[in-house]
Amino acid sequence: MAALSVALTGNPNTGKSTIFNELTGARQKIGNWPGVTVDKKVGVIEHNGRKISVIDLPGTYSINARSQEEQVVSDYFKENKPDIVVNIIDASNIARNLFLTVQLMENGIPLIINLNMMDEAQRHGIKIDMKKLEDAFGMPVTNTVGRSNKSVRKLLDVFTNAVMTNYEPSKMIREHINKVRNIQQSGLAASKIEEEIISARYDLIDKIMSSAVTVSAAGKTLTDKLDSYLANGISSLVLMVVAFYLMFQISFNWIGQPLADLVGEFFDETLVPWAADTMAEAGVADWMQSLVSDGIIAGVGAVINFVPLIFTLFIILSFLDGTGYMARVAFIMDPIMRRVGLSGKSIMPLVMGFGCGVPAIMANRALDNHKDRMISIFVTPFITCNAKIPIIVLFAAMFFPDNVANVVFAMYFLGIITAILMAKILGETLFKGQESTFLLELPPYRLPDIKTVLLEAWDKGKGYLIKAGTIIFAMSVIIWFLSSFNSDGMTEDMDNSYLAGIGSATSVVFAPQGFDTWEAGAAVVTGILAKEAVVSTLGILYGVDDELSTEDEDVGESAETMMATSMGGAFTPLSALAFMVFSLLYSPCMTALGTIKKEAQSFKWMAFVFFYTTAVAWVASLIVYQGGKLLGFE
Amino acid sequence: MTLNETKTGMTVRIDSLGESKLKQRLMTMGLIPGTRVEILHSAPLGDPIALRLRSYNLAMRKADAAQIQVSEV
Repeated sequence: MAALSVALTGNPNTGKSTIFNELTGARQKIGNWPGVTVDKKVGVIEHNGRKISVIDLPGTYSINARSQEEQVVSDYFKENKPDIVVNIIDASNIARNLFLTVQLMENGIPLIINLNMMDEAQRHGIKIDMKKLEDAFGMPVTNTVGRSNKSVRKLLDVFTNAVMTNYEPSKMIREHINKVRNIQQSGLAASKIEEEIISARYDLIDKIMSSAVTVSAAGKTLTDKLDSYLANGISSLVLMVVAFYLMFQISFNWIGQPLADLVGEFFDETLVPWAADTMAEAGVADWMQSLVSDGIIAGVGAVINFVPLIFTLFIILSFLDGTGYMARVAFIMDPIMRRVGLSGKSIMPLVMGFGCGVPAIMANRALDNHKDRMISIFVTPFITCNAKIPIIVLFAAMFFPDNVANVVFAMYFLGIITAILMAKILGETLFKGQESTFLLELPPYRLPDIKTVLLEAWDKGKGYLIKAGTIIFAMSVIIWFLSSFNSDGMTEDMDNSYLAGIGSATSVVFAPQGFDTWEAGAAVVTGILAKEAVVSTLGILYGVDDELSTEDEDVGESAETMMATSMGGAFTPLSALAFMVFSLLYSPCMTALGTIKKEAQSFKWMAFVFFYTTAVAWVASLIVYQGGKLLGFE
Repeated sequence: MTLNETKTGMTVRIDSLGESKLKQRLMTMGLIPGTRVEILHSAPLGDPIALRLRSYNLAMRKADAAQIQVSEV
């Protein structure tokens, strides 16, 4: 017997993903719909000996093909005939949710109408008579309680081949479909036809509502009360700053860093000695030992260190998003973001950018028009991501030991200011005259389902782990090779290695910035592979034997060690500052560039980002160095 | 009056939507002539505004609200 195919469809914010996660658990696969940047989620489950394949269609308000998501849903139903289509409805918002239901019915798609969050609807004074709703549509009506596993599992019993057999569209629906046909053949202008049909749909919904739903005044809901603080006036901005401050404290200092320390300790104290001993015992060649210990383990370890920080940040962000708070942040930040040429909806991606630019660039999918989305993608790389932290921390500790905190803060600030400035410039040049819009549902505050939060955070953060295993792995091998070999074979003298050649060729362009050493040039080049490489390359080249530590307590120590090497003499405080500024702002890493190509669906835009960010960085570091010299600094 | 001229706490009925690129999206979201809309609150500096209609909350910018003709109920 072939698997029973079930498609879930519905509006955003209906708890559809939670139901999908509850049904399929970790057995889901997230892919991509062909040709667009929309997630495709499928999962196969077994229930009563029957295979059921569930597909979670993107949440949409309609299927008018105005957005990529709507296009996906519309195409899906044109090309596929799933055995069962479940339309997930937020019962507390039933009137607007039924719009999609009616539109699907017009397209001859039989549905199970599943009312989700009935408990919340009752609190809002909305009572739904399920039997009458069933009669009104002529389609089966079921219900689930948001996060109750049991009620969602009950849905599985409903999924049988026979479930739809006794149902057919009601007279009211058939009449509506005829009415829509007549409008379509009326010969009016296309936009007028569309508007007439939308009105007809809401007329029908009003009729259904008055027969099956009673809405009574419920007084102020919890959402109203919270919104009067969290989404109203200037005080809301203060509360947002507090919320974000706590979020960064938790992910960087309270939870993320201690976990990162544990991981780092494991690498330094267990894995590295173990690998060294094992290889020595097995009589592995010296060069191989050096490759594994100095190259691969050091390189991959530097990235793995950041995994706990990234995941903590993404779990908190997914949680906040699930509560509905991120929609409020978009709302209250829109006046500010709009003035710099962005939309309030860019906040979520930009904040994610402090973790890792790759999922941040992808998060821009939530922006609903081309201009806002492209600008937001193009400025996200300026935000100081996790991988850039070691650069700031190390240089600050080496060259500005008395002002570490101020320098770190100034560098973060520089990233934000550059992003804002470039957004403004891009908006008034490349994207001039294009419209920016902002239409956003503010869903009721809800306690998110933990499984859904974790799955989302995993989905956003897993790319980072994959990067550690693939690109960083390969990069570690390449850098090790380039720094240990030249045309004569293996060499102990790095000044004659391939890397020195590449570095000195690159460093020519940094003469006006004061850091035209081949080591700095090599660090910049490897930094394009991954930002983590900037510091690790410098560490290798300036011959620091131990792995550099950027953890708070040890950083002073490793900074001292570094100062004692030739690195201390290679930079002046001013050229160090210029180098920091350049490293923070120049081209995003390879993974981020690849993501930009995918999201902007254009190789040209990717090349554009590579060149313009590097140009911005070159100019900014030039201003810092030459400006500093004019002011008498060294 | 137009929707951007309303004050927090007012309830209005939509008379017409005006011609804009957003029109069909607004209609899809349930803003149809005759729909009752309550003005809930606004972001800092008074823009965008949050509205309640058909039992849900929707935010829009004042520039877009300026196209929508309403009358108080």
